[in-house]
Amino acid sequence: MSAILIYAEHDNSELKSGALSAVACAQEIGGDIDLLITGQGCGDAAKHAATVPGVRKVLLAEGEHLEHHVAENVAPVITALADDYDYVLAAASTGGKNIMPRVAAMLDVQQISDISAVVSPDTFVRPIYAGNAFATYQSTDAKKVITVRTTSFEPVAAGDGSAEIETVDAGSDAGLARFVGAELSDSEGPELTTARIVVSGGRGVGSAENFKLIENLAGKLGAAVGASRAAVDAGYVPNDYQVGQTGKVVAPDLYVAVGISGAIQHMAGMKESKVIVAINKDEEAPIFEVADYGLVADLFEALPELDSKL
Amino acid sequence: MKVLVPIKRVVDAYVKVRVKSDGSGVETSNIKMSMNPFDEIAVEQAVRLSEAGAATEVVAVTIGPAAAQEQLRTALAMGVDRAMHVTADEGLQPLAVAKTLKAICDSEQPDLVILGKQAIDDDCNQTGQMLAALQGWAQGTSISKLETGDGRITVVREVDGGLEKLELPLPAIVSVDLRLNEPRYPKLPNIMKAKKKPIEQTSLDELGIDATPRLKQVKVEEPPARKGGVKVSSVDELVEKLRNEAKVIR
Repeated sequence: MSAILIYAEHDNSELKSGALSAVACAQEIGGDIDLLITGQGCGDAAKHAATVPGVRKVLLAEGEHLEHHVAENVAPVITALADDYDYVLAAASTGGKNIMPRVAAMLDVQQISDISAVVSPDTFVRPIYAGNAFATYQSTDAKKVITVRTTSFEPVAAGDGSAEIETVDAGSDAGLARFVGAELSDSEGPELTTARIVVSGGRGVGSAENFKLIENLAGKLGAAVGASRAAVDAGYVPNDYQVGQTGKVVAPDLYVAVGISGAIQHMAGMKESKVIVAINKDEEAPIFEVADYGLVADLFEALPELDSKL
Repeated sequence: MKVLVPIKRVVDAYVKVRVKSDGSGVETSNIKMSMNPFDEIAVEQAVRLSEAGAATEVVAVTIGPAAAQEQLRTALAMGVDRAMHVTADEGLQPLAVAKTLKAICDSEQPDLVILGKQAIDDDCNQTGQMLAALQGWAQGTSISKLETGDGRITVVREVDGGLEKLELPLPAIVSVDLRLNEPRYPKLPNIMKAKKKPIEQTSLDELGIDATPRLKQVKVEEPPARKGGVKVSSVDELVEKLRNEAKVIR
């Protein structure tokens, strides 16, 4: 039976949804699943992790040097445990992307990034070329280091598990990168990558003020707000709203694209959505090729009307 | 401060890629190739550091077949001081690339390595972090801002919740995101001059790198096609469809 270690991200009180998707992926691989929680003052997150069904144990590493999840300090905690595992997994979040290749190189393993399917215990599928092709790779490394495309694995529900929590060596400060500060967006409503509905605006929205129209509609639908790269580059919204190849990958039940033309790199981040609606005044816009429902209309007329009818 | 900028030759970002019918990969013959767009941003940043007097020398390096020298010429035209070509087959995997760059770092002794956060062909997003691990250096990934200081740099990273600021002691490795800068178009006289500049040559063998692929590519397929839907004629019809047909809103 193989053993799988998951570097599980959290907000100090709960696991992030991506960690629960990584558990789902681990269950497909098959084996004993342990979750590693690192940080400072994250005991509650470890307790939450212990309730995830099918988890063998939760490993908790706490220390001031781990508070901000600096890669240089987290990676050695993972590699110190890696001897006992056949797989090391994490979500392909910005955190996982930052830390896991560092882990892989320390273990002399070629990481498999952003996997979207498990074919067999050593063979995996992942998108390449912004999702315009899917490649199947067989790993010849004895140990596998993997990041998981969270939209491809339905997060498991935490709840009735009761794994034991074990404290592990937290290592020490590497004395390399030092956390100075963070500017986190205080967006209301659900988180973009896990929302059931996403309403995104593009360059067609025209200004930061006009983005209120998008926010209003999102508010009404209980949706998260997203944006195309063009809207982010134009300064209408902060960078973490960006959906696309280089932004966030989302796959909600309903994705509403407003004033978005549908560049390849944007579609790479949303085309796995279950239902796609496009509202654009240019009937030739490529977004209509992937939209289940397309409305050719001026968004400044359509959005208020839509708002009033919901 | 000496700066090393690794660059990669990839299918141009505006080419619509096609999967080969035998499933062996994507079509790359007779297709426009360019410098990976993220690497262009890295070159631009290094040249700006040089123009600001913060960088004393900027060295671009690429690993790949002879054709990749074309991208080194672009980097020279943008303003890097020297260019190095490590001859290798196509499709080197990130761990082998990182090991090759480690060998280059050992001989060149850069204070800062600036590279793209990912290549737009394999979308791996690994090389910078792997090189940082092999060197035991600090890393700043997906950066949108870089300030130089005395023996250290400050970077702003784009992270899931927003932005994060880190201070890194040198030597360090940073991988760049889209919003760091807008790369310049090289001017014609610079393009002409770049054609005559020497390119230093070495190879994986000379550097003693074992580049045996750890991942075997089994096949490459088209993504599942999404069939186009319908156009609705009014907001009323849209709301009706979403409620009663798709059943995604109430």
